[in-house]
Amino acid sequence: MSPLLKSILSEQFGYAIFRVMTPLLLPTIGVAISGLSGAVNIALEGTMLLSAFVGVIVSAFTQSLLLALLAGMAAGMAMAALLGYFHLKLKADIILAAIAMNWLASGTTIFLMFLITGDKGSTHSLKSLVFPALNIPLIHGIPVLGPILSGHNVLTYGAFLAVFLFWLITFKTPLGLRIRAVGQNLDAAASVGINVNRTRMWALLLSGFFGSLGGLYLAMGYVSWFGRDMVAGRGWIAVAAASLGNNLPLGTLLSSILFGVVNTLAIYLASVQLPSEFIQAIPYLTTTVALAIYSAQALRKRRRKIREPQAGGAP
Amino acid sequence: MEKILEARGILLVYPNGVVANRGVSLEVEKNSIHAVVGENGAGKSTLMKVLFGMLQPQEGEILYKGRKVQIRSPNEAIRLGIGMVHQHLMLAPDLTVAENMVLGVEPRLGRVFLDMKKAQETTARVSEEYGLEVPVDRKIKDLPIGVRQRVEILKALFRNAELLILDEPTSVLTPQESEVLFATLRQLKAHGKTIIFISHKLNEVKQITDRITVMRDARVITTREAAELAEHDIAYLMVGREISFERLPPPRAIGEPLLRVRNLSYVNEENIRVLRNVSFDVRAGEILGLAGIEGNGQTELVRILTGLLPASSGRIEIRGKPIGALTPRQIREMRTAHIPEDRMEDGVAAEASLQENVIVDRYYRDSFSRGLRLLWPAISRHTQDLIERFNILAPSPRSTIASLSGGNIQKVVVARELSSDPELIIASQPTRGIDVGSEELVHNLLKEARDRDKAIFLASADLDEILKLSNRILVIYNGELVAHFQEVAGLTGQDLGPYMLGVQKEENVSGEVRS
Amino acid sequence: MEKFVLKYFTLIRTLIAVAIGLVISVSLIYLVSKDPGYSLQSFLLGPFLSRSRFFNLIETASPVIFCGLAIAVAFQARQFNVGAEGCLYLGAAVGTAFAVSTRMPAFLHIPLVLLVATGVGAIWGSIPGILKARWNASELVASLMLNYVAYFLGLYLINFHFRDKQAGYLVSYQLPQSAWLAQFIPDTRMHWGILLSFVCAVLVWMFLYHTTTGYEIRMTGFNERFARFGGINVVRIIVACQLIMGLLAGLGGMAEVMGIHRRFLWQSTPGWGWDGVVVAIIGRNHPLLIIAASFFLAYLRVGGQVLNLMSDVPSEMVTVIQWIIILLITAEAFLSRWRFRIMVRQAERLEEAR
Repeated sequence: MSPLLKSILSEQFGYAIFRVMTPLLLPTIGVAISGLSGAVNIALEGTMLLSAFVGVIVSAFTQSLLLALLAGMAAGMAMAALLGYFHLKLKADIILAAIAMNWLASGTTIFLMFLITGDKGSTHSLKSLVFPALNIPLIHGIPVLGPILSGHNVLTYGAFLAVFLFWLITFKTPLGLRIRAVGQNLDAAASVGINVNRTRMWALLLSGFFGSLGGLYLAMGYVSWFGRDMVAGRGWIAVAAASLGNNLPLGTLLSSILFGVVNTLAIYLASVQLPSEFIQAIPYLTTTVALAIYSAQALRKRRRKIREPQAGGAP
Repeated sequence: MEKILEARGILLVYPNGVVANRGVSLEVEKNSIHAVVGENGAGKSTLMKVLFGMLQPQEGEILYKGRKVQIRSPNEAIRLGIGMVHQHLMLAPDLTVAENMVLGVEPRLGRVFLDMKKAQETTARVSEEYGLEVPVDRKIKDLPIGVRQRVEILKALFRNAELLILDEPTSVLTPQESEVLFATLRQLKAHGKTIIFISHKLNEVKQITDRITVMRDARVITTREAAELAEHDIAYLMVGREISFERLPPPRAIGEPLLRVRNLSYVNEENIRVLRNVSFDVRAGEILGLAGIEGNGQTELVRILTGLLPASSGRIEIRGKPIGALTPRQIREMRTAHIPEDRMEDGVAAEASLQENVIVDRYYRDSFSRGLRLLWPAISRHTQDLIERFNILAPSPRSTIASLSGGNIQKVVVARELSSDPELIIASQPTRGIDVGSEELVHNLLKEARDRDKAIFLASADLDEILKLSNRILVIYNGELVAHFQEVAGLTGQDLGPYMLGVQKEENVSGEVRS
Repeated sequence: MEKFVLKYFTLIRTLIAVAIGLVISVSLIYLVSKDPGYSLQSFLLGPFLSRSRFFNLIETASPVIFCGLAIAVAFQARQFNVGAEGCLYLGAAVGTAFAVSTRMPAFLHIPLVLLVATGVGAIWGSIPGILKARWNASELVASLMLNYVAYFLGLYLINFHFRDKQAGYLVSYQLPQSAWLAQFIPDTRMHWGILLSFVCAVLVWMFLYHTTTGYEIRMTGFNERFARFGGINVVRIIVACQLIMGLLAGLGGMAEVMGIHRRFLWQSTPGWGWDGVVVAIIGRNHPLLIIAASFFLAYLRVGGQVLNLMSDVPSEMVTVIQWIIILLITAEAFLSRWRFRIMVRQAERLEEAR
C-alpha cells in the first residue's frame, strides 16, 4: 500500500478530520440558524476574526480562560447585533452590510493588534491561553476509535454539542418554531402576532454566538495566537456549506463533514509532489463545485413540478 | 335575531385617493352564514380588512356583540373573537399542522422548551371538537389546498374565534373540495359560529348562505335573505347598472385569424390546473374580449401568449407559425404587442427614465442605434413625439417613471406598445387603476387600432370595458371558457354576469371561428 | 433649500456618510495618537505636502478605478459578483507569464500582454455568471470562492514557473522592457496605465449609457421582469456583465504590473478588488462618480500611509473608515426620517398655497 494511502487510512487522519471540521462546523451552524429566519448572517468571516482576537487579548491580559470565552462570545454576538440593527432597523441590504462588517472586523483587529502589541502580523508576543484537550475516559482506551474520537480540544466537542444545541433550539423551543415560521412565511408569522424583527434579531444573536466559538477555536484551540486573516475564508465556505445543508442541523453536519474530509485530504496530499498551492485551492474549488451541483439540483426539482402535473386535476 | 356584528357608515379612502368603502353598513346575525358579494373593486375585501383590523376607516363605527369597538390590529380582532381565513393562506409550508396551529401561543415545557406533545393534543382536540379532520403531524406543503384551508379555519377556532371571515375561500378549491368546505361551514354553524363569506361564485353562495350583502362601487346595494334572491337577481344587482356609452360602429371587414389558440392548458407549481383546454381565434380587424373576474386564469393565459410562461400543453400559432418555443423578443418581432396587467412589475422600470422605458422593445433597431451605439437624440425625439401623441403628462423624456401618476405610467406603456405598429395586440386589464381621462384615451386607441385592421385580444375584469370595445366576447371561469358571444349587440352586464360568476355555463365552449 | 435637499437626497446622504467617516477618523486619531495634531496633519494634508505623495495619490487611485468600474458593471445588472480581486490577480499572473516568455517589439507586446490578461480575467469573471445564469447559483459565493482559487492558481504559476531565482524574494522574472508601460513624469511612477484607467472610465460610461448592451445591463438591474418582458435576453446579460467585470479587473491588474512594478510580486492579493466594491457603492455604480470616489479612497489611503509612517497610528484605520462609510451608505433608512419630514412640510406648504 502506498504510503499516502496508508496515512489517509490511519487514525491520525480520522483525528485530523475533527480538528479541521471544528472551525467550519461552527460558523456553518451560525449561517444556518440565521438563514432559517430569512435574514442570513454572512458576516461570520469577520465574526470569527473578531472573536478570535478578543479571546486572545482577554486571555493574555486576564489569564482566565473563562473570561476569554465570555468576551469572545460577547464580541461575536455584538457584531451580529450590529448587523441586525443596520439591516432590520436601518434597512441596509444584509449582504452589503455583512460584507462591510467583515472588512471592518479585519481592519479593526489589525488596528487594535498593532496598538496593543506593536505587531501587525500576529499576537505571538502575547502569552495567550489555550483551551484544553479532553481525553474521554472510556473511549480513550478503544483501539482505532479511541485515538480518533478522544483527545480533542474541548471546543471540538463543543462544536458537536453545538449541532445538538442547534437542533434543540430549532425544533424543541418556541423561539426555534418562530424562527422557522418567519423564514418560511413572513406574513403568516406576523398574522399571529409574532414580532418578525425581534425573532430575526434573536436568530442573528445565536449565529454570532456559534460563530464566535469557531473563532475562539482558531486562536485558542488550534494555536495560541491571533494572526491577521487567520480565518482564511472559512466564514465564506460556511455560507456555501449552510445552503448545501439546507440550513438544517443534520444537513450542516453532513456538509461540514464533507468539507472537513476534503480539506483534511488536501492537507495530507501535501506530502505528495503536488504544489502546495493546488492543495490549498482544493477547499475553495470543491465549495464552488458543490454550490453548482446543489443549485442545479434545486432548479431541476422546481422545473419537474411544473412539467409533471399530478393526476389530481380534472383533464 | 341577535346581531353579532354591526358596521355603520364605514368610509375608507386609500392613501392614493381611491374610495374603497363609502357609507358601508353591514349587519351580521349571530350564528348565520352571511355572504358578501361583488365584482373586483366593489370594496368587499377592503371591508373585511377593516373588520379584521388590518385597515382603519376614516369614518364609521363597528359594534361587536352590541358594544362599540375599535379594531386597531389583527391581534385585537383575534382577541375579540374575530378570525380571518385569507385568500392566500397564512401558513408556514415546512411546518406541521400542529406547529402552525400553536404559532404565537406555543405551549411550554418548563419555561424554555416547546411542548409539542401538548400542541399535538390540543390540535387533535380542537379538530375533534369541530369535526374537522386534519393530519396533525404532516407538513403543510404536503397537504392539498382543501386540507390546508381547514387548518387555517382550525387556527382561527383554536384562538376562540366566534366570527369567521373567509375571503374567496373557494377560489383555490376544486368543486369536490368546495363541497367539503361547505359541509364544514354548516358544521361550524351548528356549533354556534357565525361566518362571513366573500365570494364572486354565486352558485356556491346560494348553496350555503343565509343572508347576502351585495356591494358595488364601494357601496352596499342591498342585504337580503338568500332565499329571496335568485342567482340571476344577485348577478343583476352586482353588475347591472345604467351603462351609458356609445356602441361602436360595426367594423368594416374582419380578416383572417391572426392568433390561433388550440387546447391550451396550464398547470402551475402548486399543481393547480389553471387553464383548461382553452381554444380561440383572434382575427384582424376585431377586438376579442375575454371577460372574467381576475384570478380565473387570465394572467397565466396572457403570459403564455406573450412567451413569458411555458404552456403545459396545447398549441398557439401567430399567422400560422407555432410560437410555443419562441422567446418574448421573437414573439414581439412577429409584430405582437403586450399591454401587461401589472404595469409596475412588468410594464416599466420605475427608476429609469421615460425614454429608457419606451425603447425597451426597439432599442436595437436601426432608427435608434447604430451597431452598438444608442442614438439618444433620435430616442429623445421619438419619446417626445409619443408624449405629445399620447398626451402623457411628463416634464421631459428624461423624467423618471416613478414621478408620474398611475394613469400616465399606463399611457407610457400603451404608447410604447401601440407605437411599435403591431398587428396583434394583447391587452390585459389595460385600464386598471387609472383615471377616467386616461381610460378614455386607451379605449380610443384600441378602437383606432382595431379600425386599422389590427387583431386585439382584450382580457379584462371591467365589464363596461369589455362591452364597450369587443366585437366578440368570451367568458372565462375557473380556467375554462364558459361562454362565447359572437353577437354582442344589445348585450349587457346581466348577460355576462352569470357566466363570470359561475352561475351559468355552456359546455365545450371554444372561441374558434369557423371559416 | 429644502427642494434642493429632496432632489439630491441620495448624493447628500452619501456626502454625509463620508463626512461622518472623516469625523470618526479624526476622532480615532485623537484617541490613539500621542501627538494628535501632527498625526492629523499627516493624515489630512500628507498627500498634498510633497510632490511625490501627490502623484502617489493618482497612482494609487488608478487600479481602484479599474476595479471600481469592473464591479460597477456587474452591480448595474444587480449581480453581486465580487470576483474582481481574483480576476485581476490571475489575469496579471498569466499576463506576466506571457510577457516574460515572449519577445516582440513594444507596439505589439504591450497590447498583446494586456489582451492576454484581459482575456483571462474575462473568462474567470464569467464563471460565476454562467453558474448563475444556468443554475441560479449564488454569484456572490461562487465569486468569493473563485477569488481564492485564482489566487492559488496565480501564485502557483508565478512561483513555480516564472520565479526569478536571482531576486532576493519571491517574485517573477522582470518583464522585458518591450512590455513596460512607460512612466512619463520623471521622479514619479505615473505611467500610461493610469491614463488608461481614465480612458476606461469614459469608455465604460459610454458603454453603460450609450450602447445597446449597456442599456440591456441597466434595465436588467432596474427590473429584471421588465427586461424580460421587453424582450431582453436576461440570461445573456447576466453572463455578459460579469465577463466584462473580469475583463476590466484583469486589465487593471496587468496595467499595474506593467506600469509600476514590472514584475509580478504580489504574494498576497493587493485588495483593489474590494476597494472596487467600496468605490462602486460610494459612486453609485456611475463611472464618473467612481473616479471621484477612487480619488477620495486613494486620498484616504495615502494619508493613511503617511500617518503610518510619520506617527503611531496604523494605516488599517483607513480600512475601518472606508467600510464604516459603506455601512452608512447601505443603510437606506439612514436619515430617511429627515427626508420624510421635509416631504411632509413641502406638501403642507403646497396645500397652504392653494
